[in-house]
Amino acid sequence: MKEGRPRSFYVLAIFFAAYVLFLYGPMIAIYVLSFQGPQGGLTFPMNGVSTFWIAKLFQGTGIVDLGAAFRRSLLLGIIVMIVTVVLSVAAGMAFRRKFKAQSILFYSAIASLIVPSIITSLGISLEFRIIDDLIKAHWNENFETSMGLLTSGLGAHLTWTLPFGLLIMFAIFNRFDPRLEEAARDLGATPWQAFRHVVLPIILPSVIGIGLFGFTLSWDELARSSQAIGAVNTLPLDLQGLTTTVTNPDIYALGTVISAVSFTVITLALGTIHMLNKRQAAKGSDAGKGLV
Amino acid sequence: MDTSEDILQQASPGLIPGSGTARAAKPTRLSPSFVSWLQAGPMMLVFLAFFLIPLVFVVIVSFWDYNEYQLLPAFSGRGYTDTFEGCIAQLPDLCTIAKTYLKTLKLCFLVWVITLFIGFWVAYFLAFHVKSKTWQMGLSLLCTIPFWTSNVIRMIAWIPLLGRNGLVNSGLVKTGLINHPVEWLLFSEFSVVLALVHLFTFFMVVPIFNSMVRIDKSLIEAAYDAGATGFQTLVNVIIPLAKPGIVIGSIFVITIVMGDFITIGVMGGQQIAAAGKIIETRVNALQFPAAAANAVILLVITFLIITMMSRIVDIKKEL
Repeated sequence: MKEGRPRSFYVLAIFFAAYVLFLYGPMIAIYVLSFQGPQGGLTFPMNGVSTFWIAKLFQGTGIVDLGAAFRRSLLLGIIVMIVTVVLSVAAGMAFRRKFKAQSILFYSAIASLIVPSIITSLGISLEFRIIDDLIKAHWNENFETSMGLLTSGLGAHLTWTLPFGLLIMFAIFNRFDPRLEEAARDLGATPWQAFRHVVLPIILPSVIGIGLFGFTLSWDELARSSQAIGAVNTLPLDLQGLTTTVTNPDIYALGTVISAVSFTVITLALGTIHMLNKRQAAKGSDAGKGLV
Repeated sequence: MDTSEDILQQASPGLIPGSGTARAAKPTRLSPSFVSWLQAGPMMLVFLAFFLIPLVFVVIVSFWDYNEYQLLPAFSGRGYTDTFEGCIAQLPDLCTIAKTYLKTLKLCFLVWVITLFIGFWVAYFLAFHVKSKTWQMGLSLLCTIPFWTSNVIRMIAWIPLLGRNGLVNSGLVKTGLINHPVEWLLFSEFSVVLALVHLFTFFMVVPIFNSMVRIDKSLIEAAYDAGATGFQTLVNVIIPLAKPGIVIGSIFVITIVMGDFITIGVMGGQQIAAAGKIIETRVNALQFPAAAANAVILLVITFLIITMMSRIVDIKKEL
């Protein structure tokens, strides 16, 4: 079957390349445009090259209080990431055995993923409004609100990140060889030791992947935050607010800064995953290889 | 309590396996089902508190009454009657809600067809034409990275290209194809569909790719050996085997577009009505029961679509 590549390969390769260009082209355009000169407008051609608009953003002379929104989004993203990793790994372990309510949890996760975000967001906001009313009526008349970044906001983000975390755990354990863990148990490891010293090191690269999803999905989350975040805004909400009044390139500058954070996190995560995989390949036992 | 173990215990204490010293040395073992609860419980609680109970509240509040500035917890169908206002009186003309849903379904259908086409061929290329695992990983990653970046930024990114003085318009004017910049490129249905395709084709590629890599390559060779043309292999072997991925991808794309209000808002210049946008508008007007009623309607329609589609495939088996 060594005949060289069929013609369909070249047609599809061009199609694929066009798709990648379609994916990245527009994004790259705004990254470039955010380095417009001070007189530059919203479109090409570039009117000089400068960091004017990005600097303006950091001086806080822009339209939004970028610093505060930036810190809020970062804080929320990190908390969402940690909670997503811990809860997904724990629940993923549970799914390796049969347990009651297994299918309830599974279908809750799937439903949470595909029920339109606006409905979940509205529901959370109603829930917190009703809780507020109850508190005001029965305990404290001066109570303001229980809605906020780390209550309703955190919950809203988790309904989006946890399903991804759980699905990644399923993918991990589909390929996981349970005999490794059994061997550890046979050698006298407690369940915790077997998890800590055998299971976790093997699944660690994918667990970092869950963290990557947790952070980036939260960092860019918009639809679920829209009704449920409370009085303050996250960075993407501020950015969306700016879209209705686009007049100069500072919106591109903001977009570039937000993306820079995303790309830093993506690079860090992928780099770590790559390093771990390499270390596994180098240091992992070759027992059993070559026998099949 | 008269089991054989008890009798043995009385006769010669300390001899029973697993009793006495052996049992005392081990810490109390948690029962496996209790461990499962500990492991899965926290996630279940999050879904309960922030997804299931909120959904219940949406349904309850949709039957509440409201005035200009607050919720009135008394039974009322006003959320629904306000929503369907004029639907019977205006016949045979369509009322606002019916028009809006028709428009949303139309957008949905367009985006579904286009993402399915692109997603299928991108996945096909990755699964069948890219032979090296490293390349396959790298190229899949290339398709995934934009998914980890902001959707709003990916929408704004079209402005310098499609705007009145954007690259596309100035290019077309320069080549003499058109005399004046065309207006329908941005803040129109066209740009909404374009942006939705741009954002969500990823949700088609991943499940279809997943189904395709699981196809046993010998099946395709068998079809080839049996004299099937490339097209026949595609229609009779690959598409049926990739069907689960196609259905799952379709469910993702359709539910996302049905509930979308951000892309339609930003790329439609806040001028295009859609199912998700009605909810947002009602919330902004503080008409929560009406917003909730619309959410229930959207939920029912989305649920119907998913049920229809999952008839074709058992989702749980595919994961």
